[in-house]
Amino acid sequence: MIQTTQLSKKYGKAEVLNIESLEIPTGQSFGLVGNNGAGKTTYFNILLDLIRPTTGAIVNHDIQVNTSEDWKSFTGSFIDESFLIGYLTPDEYFEFIGDLRGMNKADVKSFLGQFDEFFNDEIIGKKKYLRDLSKGNQKKAGIVAAMMGNPQVVILDEPFANLDPTTQIRLKKIIKELTENREITVLISSHDLTHVTEVCERIVVLDKGVVVKDIETSAETLKELESYFSV
Amino acid sequence: MISHFLNLEWKQFFRSASFSKSIGAKILVGFFGLYFAVCFLFIGIGGFYIIKKQFPDQDPLVLVNSFLMYAIVGDLIFRYIMQKLPVMNIKPLLILPIQKSKIVHFILAKSSLSFFNIMGLFFYIPFSVVLIKEGYDFVGVLGWLTAMILLTQSANFFNFLVNKNNAVFGGLLTLLILGYLVQHFNWFDLPGFIGQGFDAIYQTPILALIFLVVLIGLYFTNYTQLRNEIYLDAIISEKTKEVNSADLSFADRLGDVAPFIKNDLRLMWRNKRTKSGIWMLAIGLLYGLFFYPNPVYADMEFMYVLVGIFSTGTLLINFGQFIPAWDSSYYKMLMSQNFKYERYLKSKFTIMTISVVALFVLGIPYVYFGWKVLLVHFAAMIYNIGVNSHVIMYGGTFNRKKINLDEKAAFNFQGTGAVQWIIGFPLMLLPMAIFGLINWLVSFEIATLTLAILGFIGIALHKKIMATITKKYIANKYVMIHAFNQEN
Repeated sequence: MIQTTQLSKKYGKAEVLNIESLEIPTGQSFGLVGNNGAGKTTYFNILLDLIRPTTGAIVNHDIQVNTSEDWKSFTGSFIDESFLIGYLTPDEYFEFIGDLRGMNKADVKSFLGQFDEFFNDEIIGKKKYLRDLSKGNQKKAGIVAAMMGNPQVVILDEPFANLDPTTQIRLKKIIKELTENREITVLISSHDLTHVTEVCERIVVLDKGVVVKDIETSAETLKELESYFSV
Repeated sequence: MISHFLNLEWKQFFRSASFSKSIGAKILVGFFGLYFAVCFLFIGIGGFYIIKKQFPDQDPLVLVNSFLMYAIVGDLIFRYIMQKLPVMNIKPLLILPIQKSKIVHFILAKSSLSFFNIMGLFFYIPFSVVLIKEGYDFVGVLGWLTAMILLTQSANFFNFLVNKNNAVFGGLLTLLILGYLVQHFNWFDLPGFIGQGFDAIYQTPILALIFLVVLIGLYFTNYTQLRNEIYLDAIISEKTKEVNSADLSFADRLGDVAPFIKNDLRLMWRNKRTKSGIWMLAIGLLYGLFFYPNPVYADMEFMYVLVGIFSTGTLLINFGQFIPAWDSSYYKMLMSQNFKYERYLKSKFTIMTISVVALFVLGIPYVYFGWKVLLVHFAAMIYNIGVNSHVIMYGGTFNRKKINLDEKAAFNFQGTGAVQWIIGFPLMLLPMAIFGLINWLVSFEIATLTLAILGFIGIALHKKIMATITKKYIANKYVMIHAFNQEN
């Protein structure tokens, strides 16, 4: 359960985020939608304690994220390429993250084994540094790293951008499998309404930092969102 | 069109990352440039008279000419290592309505004004002026100078043509060594033979035109080659390097800091910025050789401290002062990972400590200059571990500048803020002052002991100090994340 109360972020006079109350129950697949500057990444950054809220707080599984760091052990995330260590190979990167998340080499290997299809032979065992990979392949590595160490919460910012169609479909499958047992909460943001409605059971629309829609996904959701955004 | 290009160049220079906003760094870069220029200028003006005095029976011009081979080959080797045609800059221009030939001409013409070509002039021009003043034939000297300038420019274009070809590099090195050997063993005076060619130019200035032909030839070879290769899959392609993965499992023995240490080792080996910094280690280690063989310093025992601190602490200083900026490009990721900050800092401390001890061990041969030297180095090692390492990590909490790991280190002061400079001085000057004072007031033994004891106190208080430093890092977390997000 992730609870957000009275959350706001201001830069000078400009308010970029203002969420009165938002509750994301455990096991939900939660989608965040909005135009550029809507506050999606800001919200994720506050949730990861990378920036401080002006008021209010986010409580992640009973831990207020800006007062304790204990949420880190059960939260995996990938926001952008700056989460990757460019001078490592993907294998070394996974080993590093695995180390931090208490996995030994064998654990890492068997974990990565599940993603063979997703990686499509382009990530593992290639003699290339992360910084030299294409944007799409970098993203694949980052997304998988976010799922390491059995996290309870997985946060992915724009996971579908830059991925090829095949990988997009595979990623959707992976996200669905993650939330299948209703134990892992997945938060994703996206500009692609089709993908997000397909994957998420609940969609929140942000506009200029404010929640303007909170929809339980149904057959009509895509139409509803499209009409909302086609202004 | 040209004005557009120049405008872009101007902006590129003043808005570039390495031209950082820090005024201190700017001044320092300027200072280095000026330093070299003045050095060359000085040699250019004074060289003639110095040679005259040292070798009264020889013609200075002939002597200089007989060494030109070394200068030219050395210049080419230096260029081979340092200089590269900045082709990446023209990528955005390719899709604009500009003729490719113009772009190529521009980039080539621009290269002829590079630092490498200008520096030589600071020697050749004043030297020529002195020659004329000393009664050498005006036209002859002018021909010689023209030849030199044309030769420098030819070297410039030759280098681009070679373009990191190892065979040519090997050839140059062989030529340099072979030239020296055959001359040394009096088999054949190759440098002198080449020098005679330059003497001939002075005698018959019109011969300088040969170099003009060479230059034009090289320029157009460059031009045709570039013109045919400004494609994204040819010359403008970014080369991806093969991974060099070494087995770092030995680091696993260091316990819970191992993953970070492995990372830092890879960071040092695989990035331009840090890789060229590794050469600093060699320089730091050999730093004592500047002082110890010189009898002037024999009685200045406080200099031992400087050398001791510096030679055992090169990595400590060079690496330590940019903690945590080394990790700036993925700092956000680190901060959302599951580990205690203390562990991260401990890994940095471990690296620094190991390096200090290792450099001390490597520096043991300094005992050649006396037991006292080694003793002071030992005390300096303890001081580095106990005091300087903590000071430098504390200084790191003031780091607010992102480091782009792909930029070269030489003349790169990116990430440098005022604090780095301010902190550098007490690291070396403070122990020198303490040692110097006690050495003067009491004795050498007590002074050495004091340094060591200060170090041991620091080591004893390590846990407490680290706790304080960690708190400070955590308090600065958001400011650092924000700052590291900015491209400077």
